Amino acid sequence: MPQETKKLIELQNAGVFRSGGWLVRGISMSVNAGEIITLIGPNGSGKSTTAMMALGLIKTDEGSTFRRPNLRVGYVPQKLSIDWTLPLTVRRFISLTKNIPANDIDFALSLTDTSHLAKKELRTLSGGELQRVLVARAIALSPEFLVLDEPVQGVDFNGEARLYSLIEETRKRLNCGILLISHDLHMVMSATDQVICLNGHICCSGSPEVVTSSSEFRTLFGDKVASTLALYQHKHNHEHALDGSIKSAPKDKSLIKTSSEDTNSRDGKETSHV
Amino acid sequence: MFDDFFIRALLGGIGTAIIVGPLGCFIVWRRLAYFGDTLSHSALLGVALALLFEINITVAVFITSLVVAFSLFLLQKRRNLSSDTLLGMLAHSSIALELVVLAFMSWVRVDLLGFLFGDILSITKTDVFLIWFGGIIVLAMLVKIWRPLFAATVSPEIAKAEELAPDYTNILFMIMMALVIAISMKIVGVMLITALLIIPAAAARSFSRSPEQMALLAILFGILAVSFGLFGSLQFDTPAGPSIIVSALLLFIVSILPNLFSSQEKSTEIKNTKIRSR
Repeated sequence: MPQETKKLIELQNAGVFRSGGWLVRGISMSVNAGEIITLIGPNGSGKSTTAMMALGLIKTDEGSTFRRPNLRVGYVPQKLSIDWTLPLTVRRFISLTKNIPANDIDFALSLTDTSHLAKKELRTLSGGELQRVLVARAIALSPEFLVLDEPVQGVDFNGEARLYSLIEETRKRLNCGILLISHDLHMVMSATDQVICLNGHICCSGSPEVVTSSSEFRTLFGDKVASTLALYQHKHNHEHALDGSIKSAPKDKSLIKTSSEDTNSRDGKETSHV
Repeated sequence: MFDDFFIRALLGGIGTAIIVGPLGCFIVWRRLAYFGDTLSHSALLGVALALLFEINITVAVFITSLVVAFSLFLLQKRRNLSSDTLLGMLAHSSIALELVVLAFMSWVRVDLLGFLFGDILSITKTDVFLIWFGGIIVLAMLVKIWRPLFAATVSPEIAKAEELAPDYTNILFMIMMALVIAISMKIVGVMLITALLIIPAAAARSFSRSPEQMALLAILFGILAVSFGLFGSLQFDTPAGPSIIVSALLLFIVSILPNLFSSQEKSTEIKNTKIRSR
């Protein structure tokens, strides 16, 4: 079955339990080759934890994980601290986990506009520069599965847009599956195939249009943000406590899409700005 | 040539410097300076246990260092306490345990200072052979796991995500450390091992542009420290082990001088530009 061979990773009802509580629970998702999946959600909602489960960096306490054997992975972690004592140039860092031909290193650096940094020491880079180098390193591995944990943090405005289009290009060029953690909702709208909105559990998921217009998304990110992006919306079917657990039982069994007029009358104040 | 005690001391010391130079770089990169200390202190517990059970000291030291290294590894994984707290705990409790064990064996008289500072001048031909033979094995292992070990040092997460099995290489690294301490402790002493682990690596940092370069420079500085120290002790009639450490320290001070001056120049430049801009 071609569908099966394309599947890179899959989580089924996976959860992580740490010091008396579930960090995330009931996560079911899969990433196929050539697909961009984006995780969004507030701080502490388990985005990084979910990515780490997918990578096998932490064991799941519940549910199951599947990773295609011998999967070539590129990973951009959320944080990387380089000690002063480490003499590590950018060029050497690119081939940290694998020998990479010099041409490929140059190519990857040019993609992220960091060619001029090649001979610099990693610890002297600024936050945004380091972030670009991390992305360059992950791409230089020509991965089959690319995981980017907030890749644009600290990157300047122009660089951000370029990095996002680079991620899209990379997907096309390598036909790799990409798991992206992002706060940038505009990016979510443009390139992602599927958005998963997390808050300790999967709050809602689907194509960007569906998710940004859902009322779960509105409750998490606020009506203002949502209304600048939303095309149409459906009613929220559950409420959250502050820790993201579900407070009230679903009122409606199904998600009902309301007409845009309905939306305007309910959220008149917010949408009138648009 | 081997009959001369001074030549044997020189060969043994240089051998030790060559093994511990690269390992010391990893200790420094991983901020584990206290780890070498803890391991070598636990080695003293090994000596006490060897006397208690009447087994070979080198074997006992190796096993105790291994047990301490593994308990540290497991405790670190749970992440309840920070590494330096754990290391301090293990170091001091293993020394205390050693003294308690020794107190129970009233028939044993052991020279603790001898094990702390070692006696490099009383080194035998077998000792020299043991250091070089063990050293070659350890260095071959290190070359083999260099890439995964270095990747795990820079970022354990990246190493694990990209299938380099950092847990496995970390365990191998600890076995190597335990092996080095077991081989060289009786000869050069606990203090000298830890000093040779850290000081040459720290001195090499200022001149290095790559990790491999730093490892080689650490070996070179270690060799220089051993040679200067031994010749100095001969010249000025000072104790050999401490003289080696002192010359390593002098090398380190010389190594940071250029850096100190350049950063001072920079800061005065900045001051000047600030004044000018006013």
